[in-house]
Amino acid sequence: MEFFTLKIWSPYLVGAGIGVLSWFTFLLSNKPIGCSTAFARTSGMLEQLITGKSVTKKAYYKKFPAVIDWEWMFVAGIIIGAFLSAILSGDFSLRLVPSLWMARFSLSFLPRFFVALSGGIILGIGARWAGGCTSGHGISGTMQLAISSWLAVILFFISGVLTAQFIYYGLGG
Amino acid sequence: MLKKLHSQKKTQLVLGLVMGICFGFLLQKGGVAKYDVIMGQLLLKDFTVVKIMLSAIVVGMVGIYLMKAIGMVELHPKSGSIGMTVVGGLIFGIGFALLGYCPGTISAAVGQGNLDALFGGLTGILIGSGIFAHFYPRLEKFLKVGWFGEITIPEYLKVNHWVVIIPVCLLIIFLLYTIESIGL
Repeated sequence: MEFFTLKIWSPYLVGAGIGVLSWFTFLLSNKPIGCSTAFARTSGMLEQLITGKSVTKKAYYKKFPAVIDWEWMFVAGIIIGAFLSAILSGDFSLRLVPSLWMARFSLSFLPRFFVALSGGIILGIGARWAGGCTSGHGISGTMQLAISSWLAVILFFISGVLTAQFIYYGLGG
Repeated sequence: MLKKLHSQKKTQLVLGLVMGICFGFLLQKGGVAKYDVIMGQLLLKDFTVVKIMLSAIVVGMVGIYLMKAIGMVELHPKSGSIGMTVVGGLIFGIGFALLGYCPGTISAAVGQGNLDALFGGLTGILIGSGIFAHFYPRLEKFLKVGWFGEITIPEYLKVNHWVVIIPVCLLIIFLLYTIESIGL
């Protein structure tokens, strides 16, 4: 049991664990691991809730209906699983701003909130545009040797690395 | 294939939840639910993300192709095009670096108590997905530019998939070995 209360596991063990987990998602559920489509479905559900109008006529939600499916439950599970892991190791705490961000920008919550919000919007558009994210393309697609996924994940990182360098070193101060 | 199990909708929702719990547990234990670790990767100072992804690819790939050989699973490669994959990939990367989480790891970050992930990032991803869905009919044509579909590398090269899997595994192991030996 001590193993489960550790704060950190070897990245190779975690990676191998994710690999084995994906055997089971394919075998038992006929699904690759993926996350971003669940966000699109949730977005559709919220739009229906807020506007009171059904989104079933929108072309995108014809392709990806705004309903709870396997992947939606999977993403809900991620929150629970991470919570369990963090509670077991004493790593759980409510944090407003990540420490690396604080060390570089030493700002309060609001600026971080707005950057996270705008980053999230761009990420959401990008994930839908590319048809997947770091898990759907980056892990599941690459392990199936899909050309789209290898291309996508390489571009995620090229663009991510360049943007990160610009934010952390390119901006003065 | 376990077709009967796959068609049981309620069981599948439970399975999705259970497997998601495992995934979230692994992400948190791997440290990749943390902004600092993900940004450390994008700043090329901490290679945890790459180590996890590459070892997941090796283990996952060998198992899935073995199960495919005995007819237990089928593949689901995603389709792609230049307009979709290249442009979408570049947009995604910008958001990835601004946010410091991706759709999977942000869910794990919420679980471990990061409030910037919950209030900022998660809300943003939902808004972004909604914006894309809204403009999708106008983008549809562009997304098909340079279409190459659901093709895999072995299909493209017209070779047996093991001819690709074995060199890819060896290349990944070599890469990981190099990363470790230069102390990253």
